[in-house]
Amino acid sequence: MPEYAFHAYLFAAASAAAVFAIVDRYYDRLAQLPPLTIDGKPNYNMGPVKFATVAAMLWGIAGFTVGLYAALELAFPVLNFDLPWLSFGRIRPLHTSAVIFAFGGNVLIGTSFYVVQRTCRARLAGDLAPWFVVLGYNFFIVIAGTGYLLGITQSKEYAEPEWYADLWLTVVWVTYFLVYIGTIMRREEPHIYVANWFYLAFILTIAVLHLGNNAAIPVSLFSPKSYIVWSGVQDAMVQWWYGHNAVGFFLTAGFLAIMYYFIPKRADRPVYSYRLSIIHIWALIFLYIWAGPHHLHYTALPDWAQTLGMTFSVMLWMPSWRGMINGLMTLSGAWDKLRTDPVLRMMVVSVAFYGMATFEGPLMSVKAVNSLSHYTDWTIGHVHSGALGWVAYVSFGAIYCLVPWLWNRRELYSLKLVNWHFWISSLGIVFYISAMWVSGILQGLMWRAYTSLGFLEYSFIETVEAMHPFYLIRALGGALFLAGALIMVVNLWKTVTSVSELEAAPGVRPALAAA
Amino acid sequence: MAAEQRPHVDAVTGTATTGHEWDGVRELNTPLPRWWLWLFYVTIIWSVGYWIVYPSWPLISSYTRGTFGWRSREAVVTELSLLKAQRGPMMQQLATAPLQQIADDPLLLDFARAVGKTAFADNCAPCHGAGGGGAKGYPNLNDDEWLWGGSLDAITHTIRTGIRSNHPDTRPGSMPTFGRDNMLQRPDINAAADYVRSLAGLPVAPNVDLARGAKVFADNCAVCHGRKGHGQARSASTISFRSCAGTAARARRARRYWSTSRTGASTSSSSRSGRRRSTT
Amino acid sequence: MSLWSKHAIFEKNSIVLSIGVLVVIAIGGLVEITPLFYLKSTIEKVDGVRPYTPLELAGRNIYVREGCYNCHSQMIRPLRDEVERYGHYSLAAESMYDRPFQWGSKRTGPDLARVGGKYSDEWHRDHLRQPKSVVPGTVMPAYPWLAETELGAAHIADDLKVQAALGVPYTLEMIANAATDARAQATTDSPSAGDLIKRYPNAQVRDYDGNPDRISEADALIAYLQMLGTQVDFKLYNDKANIR
Ligand code: HEC
Ligand code: HEC
Ligand code: HEC
Ligand code: HEM
Ligand code: HEM
Ligand SMILES: [Ca+2]
Ligand SMILES: [Ca+2]
Ligand SMILES: [Cu+2]
Repeated sequence: MPEYAFHAYLFAAASAAAVFAIVDRYYDRLAQLPPLTIDGKPNYNMGPVKFATVAAMLWGIAGFTVGLYAALELAFPVLNFDLPWLSFGRIRPLHTSAVIFAFGGNVLIGTSFYVVQRTCRARLAGDLAPWFVVLGYNFFIVIAGTGYLLGITQSKEYAEPEWYADLWLTVVWVTYFLVYIGTIMRREEPHIYVANWFYLAFILTIAVLHLGNNAAIPVSLFSPKSYIVWSGVQDAMVQWWYGHNAVGFFLTAGFLAIMYYFIPKRADRPVYSYRLSIIHIWALIFLYIWAGPHHLHYTALPDWAQTLGMTFSVMLWMPSWRGMINGLMTLSGAWDKLRTDPVLRMMVVSVAFYGMATFEGPLMSVKAVNSLSHYTDWTIGHVHSGALGWVAYVSFGAIYCLVPWLWNRRELYSLKLVNWHFWISSLGIVFYISAMWVSGILQGLMWRAYTSLGFLEYSFIETVEAMHPFYLIRALGGALFLAGALIMVVNLWKTVTSVSELEAAPGVRPALAAA
Repeated sequence: MAAEQRPHVDAVTGTATTGHEWDGVRELNTPLPRWWLWLFYVTIIWSVGYWIVYPSWPLISSYTRGTFGWRSREAVVTELSLLKAQRGPMMQQLATAPLQQIADDPLLLDFARAVGKTAFADNCAPCHGAGGGGAKGYPNLNDDEWLWGGSLDAITHTIRTGIRSNHPDTRPGSMPTFGRDNMLQRPDINAAADYVRSLAGLPVAPNVDLARGAKVFADNCAVCHGRKGHGQARSASTISFRSCAGTAARARRARRYWSTSRTGASTSSSSRSGRRRSTT
Repeated sequence: MSLWSKHAIFEKNSIVLSIGVLVVIAIGGLVEITPLFYLKSTIEKVDGVRPYTPLELAGRNIYVREGCYNCHSQMIRPLRDEVERYGHYSLAAESMYDRPFQWGSKRTGPDLARVGGKYSDEWHRDHLRQPKSVVPGTVMPAYPWLAETELGAAHIADDLKVQAALGVPYTLEMIANAATDARAQATTDSPSAGDLIKRYPNAQVRDYDGNPDRISEADALIAYLQMLGTQVDFKLYNDKANIR
């Protein structure tokens, strides 16, 4: 199969490049590992963090662009151009993987490597290993993304990559865990900071989920095709155990870790409540795992499992809001900063969106509500209030903080541009999610509308046609969101390339010991 | 290393911190907000109540069925049988009344139209168009041209049994599969198709051999379609090219007809109904 | 306060913290997933559900490859409007050989669980080649390459073999004949149709894509679509017996 051969060549090229890089590095260093500390200060390893930050921005732009394209395809189907690799069925998973795993994943790996070093006052464990994690992870993304376009997919939502990509990711992920925990073990602080609890929960749980949901047997070593070991109703349950917790641990726990470090740091305030943090993590991770069946309400999954999914989702509401309270209330005593610091504002708004999505989620988990919302754009609206409002905004905030720190700049090139970014993309989000709420509820109501004599009022195609205006508004919202992100890229580029190196001025963050 | 348990109070809020500091970040020791704790308890109590009432916990060989033994499937079955009972009398009349009587009884006719509109929208419109106007290869149901007869009974028969469907009494579609069965070769088929186009007044390429097409047509097709494709006397096996407004697409379809088998054109709604519309 | 200070155990030891996390996240998954494998009530007992024929399986793999699940569900919920629009609610038994399951989560297009037999092959050909030619208001992309691409099912026996290893009741005979069965099912009046139907009851044998000279991807995909939801005869099905 030529598509598979293409991936084999990619693997070969990547291996060759890796061998070359390792040898090159060996001669460079004359077999000496970099010191752990310099003059008593930790010698932080920020190279992989920088790489992941840049990769996150690039993938982010790519993922939003593909999302916009998908939105336009639904509004104007001619944009499928009758080409296999452009057709909506292949573009949509490209979008979801690009934004969640490529953009989100790089943000998570980058920030986690940064935060764990700073809060443990220790250099990242391993020398090649951290590089292997970021490069290997991004190689996985390339394999996954090109695979979708070529039609190599398992068609399991958010787990689409085929068996060989899954295997590769497993190797990368285990290394990630080892680097992470190795760094924690080196720490100079007696206690592990709360952000690291969340990162650790995220890394471990994603590993378990990934292995469970991707258990598959390839048709042969020479074929990209595999069959999942689970089938039918069991596969459905395993899939949404995975899918829901990809939300819970990738899009939530990981980004909560970001919140726990970057908001207090930027606001220069202590975290609101240590006790909330404790309850937060344990209740959140315990309850989240159970909620998967809310994706399978009224399906052929047995009723008992649906009940568990629904009730645990409702119980999840407060633990989720615990995170929101801890994030928002950290601002107490510093609310005025919201007016002057658009970066902080972005992160605080992200926490508010998190609160909104985690209120909407339990609501949609109630079977009566879900019977209307399921299969409709309402779900898409919910997803993007979480994805754009929470995940992307908190990531933007963190990257706006990180870039000056990493590249030793005093501040961002322009806070004014951040302000523009904030307002333009907020408008985009509002367009996007309100359009999807209206279209989702409209669609749900049209599907179940009856004539006075009790017969179905609308044919399916009428409901498709009714969506058109909302698809247009959504696309407009997506375009605004993308425009905001492009402004961000310009701003970051300027921050890195122009003006003042950070001088060790008093009152400014201490410079990194080594980049 | 920061000294452990160093008493430290946040100046702004007056709350004690835990005493630790990581990269400049501290944690307040604020107690859990009351309203929050109570709401959490409420969701837990509600869930426990729900577990008691509804099926919930899996056991060794079964699961807890809840106080009322509620099941989602039973709920819909009940709802549908209520619906059936409610529509029952009218549906019964509709099923038994002769078509003419339905047409004459305004109440029944209204009801029939309501049923029909819904049935048509999701089942027929994908082929015959939302307004029944037809599409390339799928006949217009609004005009007065009928392939299989336009009387109420004829249409009923067409719908009930389908055309070349699996139904035993299906409309047969008696036109031979000339290509598949090697009755005509490709060049003859193409020539005949061009001739059909010319009959319909459609443009044909300048270099085609219409004479050859005419001969093929006269030998093979005229028996059924008449010499000029207008059909012959109104016998069952004579089919006119409807309204002679044969479109290019129709000729294309004809080409396909001859070369392939022609299973299942219009699907028989009765054979489907058992599977699909389980209620109405 | 004392209780809170106990938490220091987790904060001071990364291994303890990791184990704590693993234990806490294991519970929910175990309780919800394992019973589905042993509770008899999970999958209804019905007649007629058989493994996919090689051609249908190849078609299903094309469905998977093109990502049709992004727009189509295959799961009719037991709700009045769905049962009226799409037919009998879906049973767990109907997807018991599905790897992966394709219930879907978004209905940009209609549910396909019972689309089999709803339209003619010709309609599907037209619709896949250019959906707007039959349904002007649709947003479904066109799939013209399916009818133009030869079906690569020469190694379909390997697929059956893997599925058999995973517990799908494919017999040695089915595996041995897989490639011929795939060809036979896409050929009208195929001489081996009888054997095929003996192996796979109710399999529909004919040229699906309108081109008898070639077995294309459209042949396989349409064969798959035409069998969806046709296996259980709901005239004989007892709703009451299978209310779980
Ligand atoms: C798969 C596409 C398809 C569907 C669905 C379909 N039809 Fe048809 N129908 C056709 C085709 C093709 C013909 C022409 C058959 C022929 O004679 O070759 C036809 C013919 C007819 C005719 C005969 C027209 C004439 O000129 O005599 C009637 C009446 C009809 N259909 C009604 C219906 C109704 C009512 C429904 C829905 C319950 C329906 N059809 C569903 C494709 C379809
Ligand atoms: C035995 C009778 C018979 C013969 C011979 C026959 N046809 Fe037909 N033809 C039919 C019938 C019946 C239909 C319409 C029903 C159907 O869909 O099968 C039809 C349909 C058609 C249509 C489609 C008409 C439309 O409006 O959609 C065309 C075009 C056509 N025939 C052309 C030909 C040509 C050209 C020949 C000779 C090569 C031919 N037929 C020979 C019986 C015949
Ligand atoms: C962009 C979304 C989209 C994608 C991707 C898509 N479809 Fe569709 N599909 C639709 C819409 C909308 C309809 C309803 C209108 C119509 O019939 O075209 C539909 C209708 C259908 C129908 C008719 C169902 C019925 O009961 O009327 C079938 C069969 C179908 N699609 C099969 C497929 C297959 C197979 C694929 C993948 C190869 C696919 N679709 C991919 C949107 C999509
Ligand atoms: C420019 C911004 C974006 C646009 C225009 C956009 C557009 C879209 C579109 C059109 C879909 C398909 C919806 C459908 O099938 O009806 C979609 C799905 C999805 N998007 Fe986005 N998106 C954007 C940003 C994001 C971001 C930042 C994330 C995550 C961090 C994200 C996560 C998702 C997910 C998870 C789905 C699948 C939803 C589901 O299956 O229910 N998107 N997006
Ligand atoms: C308490 C928290 C939450 C609960 C209980 C919850 C619940 C739900 C429910 C009920 C659905 C609809 C399932 C369906 O009908 O198909 C859903 C879908 C989804 N939610 Fe949430 N949600 C929560 C928080 C979040 C957050 C913070 C995000 C972040 C992005 C998110 C992302 C998603 C995604 C991506 C989907 C779409 C899955 C798919 O069908 O592809 N959710 N959620
Ligand atoms: Ca996978
Ligand atoms: Ca063929
Ligand atoms: Cu969920």
